[in-house]
Amino acid sequence: MIYRTQLQQLFVFSAALAVLVGCASTPLEEKAAPVAEKSAPAPMPAPTPGPDARAVQRVDTAPKEIDPLADPNGTLAKRSVFFEFDRFDVRGEFQPLVEAHGRYLATQKQRHIVIEGNADERGSREYNLALGQKRADAVKSRLTLLGATDQQIETISYGEERPRTNGHDEAAWAQNRRADIVYK
Amino acid sequence: MFRTDSSWWVSCVLALGLFVHAQTQAQLRVEVTGVGSNQLPIAVPKFQVDGGQVPQEVDEIIRADLVRSGIFKLVDTGNTPIPESARVDLPDWKSKGADAVVVGSVARQADGRFDIRFRLYDAVKQQQIDGLSYLSSVAELRLNSHRIADRIYEKLTGVRGVFATRIAYVVQLSKTSFELQVSDADGANPQTALRSREPIMSPSWAPDGVRLAYVSFETAKPVVYIHTLTTGERRPIANFRGSNSAPAWSPDGKSMAVALTRDGPTSIYLMNSDGGSPKRLTNSGAIDTEPHFAADGKSIYFTSDRGGGPQIYRMDLAGGNVQRVTFTGDYNVTPRLSPDGRMLVYVSRRNNKFQVQSLDLGSGQEVALTDTTLDESPSFAPNGRLLLYATEVNGRGVLASASTDARVRTRLTGPTGDVREPTWGPFIK
Repeated sequence: MIYRTQLQQLFVFSAALAVLVGCASTPLEEKAAPVAEKSAPAPMPAPTPGPDARAVQRVDTAPKEIDPLADPNGTLAKRSVFFEFDRFDVRGEFQPLVEAHGRYLATQKQRHIVIEGNADERGSREYNLALGQKRADAVKSRLTLLGATDQQIETISYGEERPRTNGHDEAAWAQNRRADIVYK
Repeated sequence: MFRTDSSWWVSCVLALGLFVHAQTQAQLRVEVTGVGSNQLPIAVPKFQVDGGQVPQEVDEIIRADLVRSGIFKLVDTGNTPIPESARVDLPDWKSKGADAVVVGSVARQADGRFDIRFRLYDAVKQQQIDGLSYLSSVAELRLNSHRIADRIYEKLTGVRGVFATRIAYVVQLSKTSFELQVSDADGANPQTALRSREPIMSPSWAPDGVRLAYVSFETAKPVVYIHTLTTGERRPIANFRGSNSAPAWSPDGKSMAVALTRDGPTSIYLMNSDGGSPKRLTNSGAIDTEPHFAADGKSIYFTSDRGGGPQIYRMDLAGGNVQRVTFTGDYNVTPRLSPDGRMLVYVSRRNNKFQVQSLDLGSGQEVALTDTTLDESPSFAPNGRLLLYATEVNGRGVLASASTDARVRTRLTGPTGDVREPTWGPFIK
């Protein structure tokens, strides 16, 4: 039934209520109470279902984030910058990597890193120790430009003393001309 | 590890001839090249041995020393021992091709020591030119054999011999096993001065022949130590913030130059060898490293990339008057000056090969001294005639030597591991 006005609603409600009240404590009589066929009050629709009164919604005071450092597929997963022979300039292809770490360190001031510089096996060991240092310093310089602080970054060099691979060809050498970002 | 009861350089005597590459299965390869062979033919017959077995073959050590110098070739002497006291038929030896003859005897004494005697004859002038006797303990038999070889060498060439000297070098046995070892110049008697799980670099003999300076990574960063071999006592002399490396002794042993990053880019500093505050010598903003004193102690040669790529420079002791020395090629490192100050050697990258070059400082003439292609760490013998260096053969680190006139080359391989960073000790007292 469609009620035209709230008043009509109220009237029907009251009438229905009167009927119910009248029937509350006495058995229903056989004869039906006189009701207008046309506007028989239909049963009240059930109220719209609200939250389950027994549910418990958890509130986190420190919402949990996934640590981007731990994400193996994230931009921070890559930690190594590679260099040309006898060079310490950070090439364009490594800018995104350096930017990602720089921005991360800028926002995570509690984070500290060591940048370890390395060189391939060719030439003088002492010169390679210095070259590794320059590579580490070059990466540090970029990171501080992006907002990391000097205190967050230590740089050391292993020269050619700790190669990642032990081959004696360009493939191996390229792997060892490298600065590694190591989070403490 | 290396056996200590016998030489781990297999010092085989090889037949030599013009342009012959004699390759042995074992560890020593002697190659003689050059126009004509100006080698001095010498006969060293077996020494007479009395009183029982001698633990060391004195005459074999002498023969091996003379051959390894590249200056001598051996005349066949058969197997019969000839005692020192024998009357030597010099014309007969001359007709066999010998210009010089050495005879000797070794006699065991009652107290267990050995009386070693030798005589050196000039078969051309037909006269004796040297003769000496030594009373030697068992432990010093090898040393005294080398002393005899040194005397023979000096008498016949006019140049002091280096057979009795020692060398030091680094051995890497595995990823976490490094040793600093000291041996005789022929590789015998290797002894371990330092054993470490971390890398060791740049060993350098003090002029006293008793101490070594070196770089150790045992505290996870490079630190310079001075180490007394006889006692094992050592102390860190340069342990400043950053990297400490490239120790170089002044000729009088009182000062040491080092490369430090304490104030920024790798720069050269001068320190008292007792320790103390370093005085900064270079401040170019570029890499300045590998300081090396000239023998007169008045200037320091070093490697710098202030010009773009690494080249050799020279400065006075206060750090002033910097002059560039190398101009050929774009990569010249590790300067070493000969004891007489006339020749500079360094490692140069040419056509993707890293080779030891010599530069005559008077004429400016440059000569490649080696035929290997991954050379490092050249070190002069104290008589300036031989150069010891490190290189790679078949993927392994080995030592090699070359005569400074580029004619004689040898290769020295350890039985296991990679050998590198050799440094030649001073004349022994």
